[in-house]
Amino acid sequence: MSEKQTGTGLIGWIDARFPLTKMFEEHLSKYYAPKNFNFWYFFGSLALLVLVLQIVTGIFLTMHYKPDGDLAFASVEYIMRDVDWGWLLRYLHSTGASAFFIVVYLHMFRALIYGSYQKPRELIWIFGMFIFLALMAEGFMGYLLPWGQMSYWGAQVIISLFGAIPLVGDELTLWIRGDFVISDATLNRFFALHVIAVPLVLLMLVVMHIIALHEVGSNNPDGVEIKKNKDENGIPLDGIPFHPYYSVKDIVGVVVFLILFSVVVFFMPEMGGYFLEYANFVPANQFKTPEHIAPVWYFTPFYAILRAIPDKLMGVIAMFASIGVLFFLPWIDRGKVKSIRYRSGAFKLLIVILVVSFIGLGYLGALPATETRTMFARLFSIGYFGFFLGLWWISKNENTKPVPERVQ
Amino acid sequence: MSSEVDNSRRRFLTAGTMVVGAVGTVMVAVPFVKSWSPSARAKSAGAPVEANISKLQPGQLIIVKWRGKPVWVVRRDKSALATLEKVVDQLRDEKSDESLQPDYAKNWHRSIKEEYLIMEGICTHLGCSPTYRPEITADFQGGFFCPCHGSKFDFAGRVYQGVPAPTNLTIPPHYFVSDDVILIGEDGVA
Repeated sequence: MSEKQTGTGLIGWIDARFPLTKMFEEHLSKYYAPKNFNFWYFFGSLALLVLVLQIVTGIFLTMHYKPDGDLAFASVEYIMRDVDWGWLLRYLHSTGASAFFIVVYLHMFRALIYGSYQKPRELIWIFGMFIFLALMAEGFMGYLLPWGQMSYWGAQVIISLFGAIPLVGDELTLWIRGDFVISDATLNRFFALHVIAVPLVLLMLVVMHIIALHEVGSNNPDGVEIKKNKDENGIPLDGIPFHPYYSVKDIVGVVVFLILFSVVVFFMPEMGGYFLEYANFVPANQFKTPEHIAPVWYFTPFYAILRAIPDKLMGVIAMFASIGVLFFLPWIDRGKVKSIRYRSGAFKLLIVILVVSFIGLGYLGALPATETRTMFARLFSIGYFGFFLGLWWISKNENTKPVPERVQ
Repeated sequence: MSSEVDNSRRRFLTAGTMVVGAVGTVMVAVPFVKSWSPSARAKSAGAPVEANISKLQPGQLIIVKWRGKPVWVVRRDKSALATLEKVVDQLRDEKSDESLQPDYAKNWHRSIKEEYLIMEGICTHLGCSPTYRPEITADFQGGFFCPCHGSKFDFAGRVYQGVPAPTNLTIPPHYFVSDDVILIGEDGVA
């Protein structure tokens, strides 16, 4: 592989000037992925698909949208009613946002149960966490743009979180808003960040995520390193080329995904008020807070943690900690066995606690707070953080099953 | 000697260049960061506003827009003022030590004149606008209730214990131009 490819024709001409064949082989036709991927492995490529969908629909939406406090709401309705196929562009984009988070949460869960964050894949996980952060920023700022009541007051609540920081809090919120309240200035800068700044960061992070993945190789449901067993040509015995095997397999995932996605886009784009909240069909009014402010569903688990704590600063710290703690997962888990298939019952129990807590928090975060619900939110918050504490505790001397030498 | 590399000299120059570059980067960043501050137009829109309160009835609340924020002017009747005494042991910051208000409003009724309360209608928790609940009941002595996260405030905007809002509602600078007219956004001349 050291000497230059001497192909003929157009490809040969390009290869002499740009590593086209080399890159194609490195990342697709000679990238050997474990042969035992199951359906959990669809969500990485699906995330990429949704990213492309969001960028394309987003570009076309900017052609009609007006980032102006006086015009924004009407321009979204204009897209919905007057622009040819505008409703489709918008519903693809709004449903795509929720789909992105569904796919990414499942993708992260896959990493969790198969130990894909463990050595040597810590950086893949960390790049992935930064992607998650960028995605949350993207979702949050994008939600302000329709300039409805929930856009406005949701942003008001989230920006006020920074006001909890001692000393600089008030100055900081003023600086973020660019005005004494959320206003045209805020809308305009969020638009700029949403359509160019964050997407650029996101794309760069995705490239780093994939480069890091292809450097160490993919994990698999057995958590076995396939690079340990290679044939005489240096090809992993349990590996198959990503292209055509997984590129074709992923198409099946894409088809199933697009069927479900289309059902939502065409028949229930508001998803009962979870994907597009009803209060957001009322233009932003800075003098009237909606009766009940709830963030979009993908933020509700973290929002419920914020609300569960009666002290403002502590609540904000707990909320950011609930995301921050994920970055340290590769070091919190001190275990040597990757896959849930060969880990202890305690690990499985912790996973159940995490899933129940996360879904419970997500459910509660969308509802108005009552005393009973706050009590449950506290319980689930303990469950959520308890997972990480428990994992650190049990993984030191975990009672694991023997891991096979080769993929089963 | 001329062919030998003076490593310490090279390190010093490298470090020096990096420091100068870093200082330059920070200085270049200033205009970009500063551009996010409220613009001159936003600041001028934040100028003080006048409100005529001559037609305000006892118990009534009007909203005055100042800096894009709702500022409430409430005319409290005797019964509302009387509740301020009753609730003191349920409050978090009864004396308003932790809260924001001009000195002339740091008293038991948190205003210049007992009757008139001038207060920002923005919850100190996460910036929602609480609703006015003037009805005095056995459960709640009246005041303000924030629908977002359930924070409760009395008729002087003082926060109850056990709710998420950390401090009392903020009193903006204001003064009486005359008996009927108030100016919000500026302290009066003493």
